Amino acid sequence: MQIPYTVTVRPDTGLYNAKLGIWLFLASEVMLFGGLFSAYILLRSGATSWFVGSEELSVPIGTFNTFVLILSSVTVVMSWASLRMNDLKKYKMYMGLTILLGLVFLVVKVLFEYMPKIEHHHIPSSHNFFAIYFVLTGLHALHVVGGLIVNGYLWGPGSKMWDTDPEQFLNRIEVAGLYWHFVDIIWIFLFPALYLL
Amino acid sequence: MADHHQEEPFWRRYIFSVDHKVIGLQYAITAMLFLFFGFCLILVMRWNLAYPGEVVPIVGKLLSEEGMLTPDGYNSFGVMHGTIMIFLGVVPLAVGGFGNYVLPLQLGAPDMAFPKINMFSYWSFFVGGIFMLASFFLPQGPASSGWTMYAPLSVIATTGETVWLLGMVFLITSSLLGSINFIATVIQLRTKGLTWMRLPFFVWGQFVTAFLLLLAFPPLEAAAVLQLMDRVAGSSFFMTSGLYVGGEVLDVAGGGSPLLWQHLFWFLAHPEVYVLILPGMGIVAEVITNNTRKPLWGYRSIVYSAIFLGFMSFVVWAHHMFLTGMGTKMAAFFQTTTMIISIPSVIILSALFISLWGGSIRFNTPMLFALGFLPMFGIGGLTGLPLGLASSDIHLHDTYYVIGHFHYVVAPGTIFALFAGIYYWFPKVTGKRMNEGLGKIHFFGSFICMNGVFSPMFIQGLAGISRRLYDGGASYLHAEPVLQWNEFMTMAALGLGFFQFFFIANLFISLAKGEKVSSNPWEATTLDWAATPTPPLPHVNFENIPEVYHGPYEYSMKGGGNGQKDFTPQHESVKD
Repeated sequence: MQIPYTVTVRPDTGLYNAKLGIWLFLASEVMLFGGLFSAYILLRSGATSWFVGSEELSVPIGTFNTFVLILSSVTVVMSWASLRMNDLKKYKMYMGLTILLGLVFLVVKVLFEYMPKIEHHHIPSSHNFFAIYFVLTGLHALHVVGGLIVNGYLWGPGSKMWDTDPEQFLNRIEVAGLYWHFVDIIWIFLFPALYLL
Repeated sequence: MADHHQEEPFWRRYIFSVDHKVIGLQYAITAMLFLFFGFCLILVMRWNLAYPGEVVPIVGKLLSEEGMLTPDGYNSFGVMHGTIMIFLGVVPLAVGGFGNYVLPLQLGAPDMAFPKINMFSYWSFFVGGIFMLASFFLPQGPASSGWTMYAPLSVIATTGETVWLLGMVFLITSSLLGSINFIATVIQLRTKGLTWMRLPFFVWGQFVTAFLLLLAFPPLEAAAVLQLMDRVAGSSFFMTSGLYVGGEVLDVAGGGSPLLWQHLFWFLAHPEVYVLILPGMGIVAEVITNNTRKPLWGYRSIVYSAIFLGFMSFVVWAHHMFLTGMGTKMAAFFQTTTMIISIPSVIILSALFISLWGGSIRFNTPMLFALGFLPMFGIGGLTGLPLGLASSDIHLHDTYYVIGHFHYVVAPGTIFALFAGIYYWFPKVTGKRMNEGLGKIHFFGSFICMNGVFSPMFIQGLAGISRRLYDGGASYLHAEPVLQWNEFMTMAALGLGFFQFFFIANLFISLAKGEKVSSNPWEATTLDWAATPTPPLPHVNFENIPEVYHGPYEYSMKGGGNGQKDFTPQHESVKD
């Protein structure tokens, strides 16, 4: 017995199951990061001393990474669009680019941001500014890793589904894309909140 | 893919199954074992409250060399009783068990929307449970800083606390996966004709509950991550500067806020209260309509109340924190919202009461438990009002009055509803009816003992006995006039345990040689009974997916049921 609406759209809701599922998941993610953001606000407003983000963190590197993620959001849409136009080769190129940009983000984050900070002993136990910085960006980085695993699967072994069940494969790319946009949006909130304010 | 279920090997069919019915049973059985274990913990604690420092019979040797419960052990047991009962017992049974098993059947769906995620949800819950149990074997015992884990005490507590937090991460993941599944199933897999206002109230209860789980749990996950950081990475999210522990200043950067933990914690834990009660209300609504042979009185108002309850439950959390000195303006806001949220609860309860009016009631065991639920939940709810107002809460906070209040809601409230559900759906699962005689002994015994345990708590609480005293107040002068109740409550708790054996025996006896039932033994209208064989088919649920033509509770309607019977199943079209 097949579960209804795994591939096709339910007429009265206009959604297939996974699309509703990912939106619900993202809603709960908003609450997760919302909880952390409110913790940040409460800690900062109650603190006797707080750092200015732009002095402790590297704004140029942060800006670079912001552009990397925004670009990857564009490429993930392009990969979905190429698939809609039945062009698997182009899909693979754009999805590959998305993965590459995600990797660039992580490498820059770890090599040029986390490592020097740990070297300078700017770690969670030294001040709550660094504690919340590491928690927020660390959790975001974990989300990037999760996205990379999913996208990597859909780029590599998962793409065989294109031959057997193209419609569902297209749905999968759309759902993965929605998640990737969300990861991007979280960063767009994180960047000013931590680096600029 | 599931067409080959006959050839599935044992482990695929019963252990790593994707069938919602098997997963529901896995949840239910695991949760019932945890409920039993959590109850045993409190029996040991209650023994110590009645006879402080005396040797505990039977299990004494497991507790300490002298055979008594140590003060540290008492603290740990308190934490684990709360944690196990809520996160591993009641919620998994009410949502994971009943929700998984009944929801797709009532919706006319072949399974949950995401069967594999459903399986992961159970196994994540299982791993979380293992973490919690494993913490008992740590050299310093499990977490011991109150089930609410208030910082900074929890941050400097023993290793059990870290294990508790890790266990919670798994439990939160489990409920997240489950709630996404429930919401998607209700929205996407309702069968043709099953409009929103034709959903059985059980489905509505589960639907609103799933939203609460989805949106309220993540802030606790955030809080758990922050506390883990405090414990493992030495950050100071919840640690203020200049804390003294054992006469020495703690070596932390400081600048954190212990109140932040309370806010994040109660932002989950207040909606959690409604997670505990809404599925129970759903079960009671099913059982009451079925056994009064009447439609649910005020169906729409109940549904809207449940939705409103869900919304409001997100803006009342700080009424748990009146004692933190939040200031009168904040307190006024949260008092107001708390008074407002009592309105929908009263509407639901009143509607269920009025549903009894003029019915020819069948007093079978599920109905008795459902009827027991109504006044018990009523007492629990009404005693909550003084706790929602800051001026009276300041006197009652952290006393046994609070314990009495929320146990009336959850123990004789939700757990009675769950018993009603077990007696009601047992024939669906097994094809056999549970024994009525044993069931009635179970009900009346439990009903009397529950009240024996919890009503004296109001007396003790009003006298100002703190909930956290190892000796139950024996060393406090102000406790003397109400001290004699301790022994009474302990005896009632032991009696409560005694009567549960009638239930356990009933489960096994009925399973072995219970009276066989027809497909729709309760003559119910909803799809779970009327449109599927009993017990339901593996994986498929329905031979043909039914179409729905009626509301959920068309009992004793004029011209209904073709004049043959007093009910009209939802899937029977008027023509035939």
